[in-house]
Amino acid sequence: MNLNILIDIFYILAAILFALGLRMLNSPATARKGNLFSAVGMLLAIVATLLVKGLSFQWIIVGAVIGTALGIFAAQRVAMTAMPEMVALLNGSGGLASLLVASAVYHHHPESGALTALTIFLSVLIGGVTFTGSLVAWGKLSEKLPGKPILYPGQQIGNIALLIALLTCGILFTLNPAGNYPIFLLSILFSLILGVLVVIPIGGADMPVVISLLNSYSGLAACATGFVILNNILIVAGALVGASGIILTQIMCKAMNRSLSHVLFSGFGAVPHPRTEGPHGEVKALSIADAYFILEAARSVVFVPGYGMAVAQAQYAVRELAKLLEANGTEVRYAIHPVAGRMPGHMNVLLAEANVPYEQLVEMDAINRIMETLDVAIVIGANDVVNPAARNDKSSPIYGMPIINVDKAKTVFVMKRSLGAGFAGVQNDLFYYENTRMILGDAKQSVQNLIAEFKAGRST
Amino acid sequence: MDATILAYVFLVFVLSLFLGVELISKVPSILHTPLMSASNAISGITIVGALVSAGTAESKFSLFLGTLAVIFAMINVVGGYLVTDRMLAMFKKKETAGKP
Repeated sequence: MNLNILIDIFYILAAILFALGLRMLNSPATARKGNLFSAVGMLLAIVATLLVKGLSFQWIIVGAVIGTALGIFAAQRVAMTAMPEMVALLNGSGGLASLLVASAVYHHHPESGALTALTIFLSVLIGGVTFTGSLVAWGKLSEKLPGKPILYPGQQIGNIALLIALLTCGILFTLNPAGNYPIFLLSILFSLILGVLVVIPIGGADMPVVISLLNSYSGLAACATGFVILNNILIVAGALVGASGIILTQIMCKAMNRSLSHVLFSGFGAVPHPRTEGPHGEVKALSIADAYFILEAARSVVFVPGYGMAVAQAQYAVRELAKLLEANGTEVRYAIHPVAGRMPGHMNVLLAEANVPYEQLVEMDAINRIMETLDVAIVIGANDVVNPAARNDKSSPIYGMPIINVDKAKTVFVMKRSLGAGFAGVQNDLFYYENTRMILGDAKQSVQNLIAEFKAGRST
Repeated sequence: MDATILAYVFLVFVLSLFLGVELISKVPSILHTPLMSASNAISGITIVGALVSAGTAESKFSLFLGTLAVIFAMINVVGGYLVTDRMLAMFKKKETAGKP
């Protein structure tokens, strides 16, 4: 059999395995096997490529060994709370790889035609933007850069000028690609700068949108490289990733009730919102002992965690409390808002790490349907995503954002250090509701005190 | 490059996008983080281009670019799949055996 046909068959198999792998991610029960399928697909694609005639292996092996070692190191060392940073870095690394491959192809064949030149330009552009954009996102997530939007006068005009310069480079390069290194290098430079400039004005709270978008770009960068070397497997795989990132971006935007252009260009949180005078009702504090009596009698409890819970590593204490509740015959669930955490689905991973069975992780819409029937909703480290102002108060900056309707549960516990405002700087009406009880103090400590009450109560 | 070939690969691109949208919209939100790291790994498919670049380079500079590309693509592939597996291993069903 012709070797090229064999290579193509391998590529087709790889594409099928990628698609199957993603399909099996539709349930936690099959997801791990799906990931394995996808990895086997990648192995087939690599083996097929190594069958290409006339490759010299010396430097391939060096690169593969270094890359594999770094990959293993990163994957084993990263903490689950740092997963957004890891994904940001992986996005960037994918973008850089595409930029490098396009550059290598151009250096190898500087006499390319116009169409090849166009694809090389696109690959460099998307790869470059993904690379530096991801580095800035990583810096913001790991707090090495200020999380606040960085805004300066003339920002929009500067960005537009840069875009025009890039467009000009693209046209000049496509029309006259042969050995046109000055324009090629300028294209790389401008793309790298553009990546920085588009991410710095975006605030820390919007990072879930940004990493989803960069995820999509890293796939599209692989696609563009596929166009450069005319290889279908790059295009199929890149498009799958591109689509994935686009969908996640849409979901994140919808969950924050904002349009993508608003996230990218408005610098949310840059201007402090005028603090609306909240309802000055009475806040009802609750002692740990009283909380215990209510929980002890509850038939159903839902925890509504926010990122604050994960930062305090309180998920382990919460899980222990949940176990005690279950032993007492209470039905326990966890309701997760789509933008809880620093990236899509982050909170679920953190709870899974604390051994919460995935059947108990409930999406926002599902929990809202049954909220009226639940005895107690316990809000831990979440604020804006449970603020009823999003439903009721048209003047609120978060009006229209879908929220978890904890106020409709029979009783709401809010564990909070103080009565401060949330991320968006909005006062929370929930604290003043008739059925709300505040458990003030460190959330982790409060949960541990409850656990102690339960243990003491059960032994007597 | 021939325009007909470009049109053909563009068709592949568009169809794959549609397939991607179909597949990904069925992924539940509890798996969105593993989905992102898994797609990081898949976008490491650039390794295919990187291997060819590093294996066919004729000048030292091409070789340098190609090898660097292999390193970064490989980080994506290996790091992406391993960290996804690590996460997915934590998603467990409720233990059914011997409840008090």
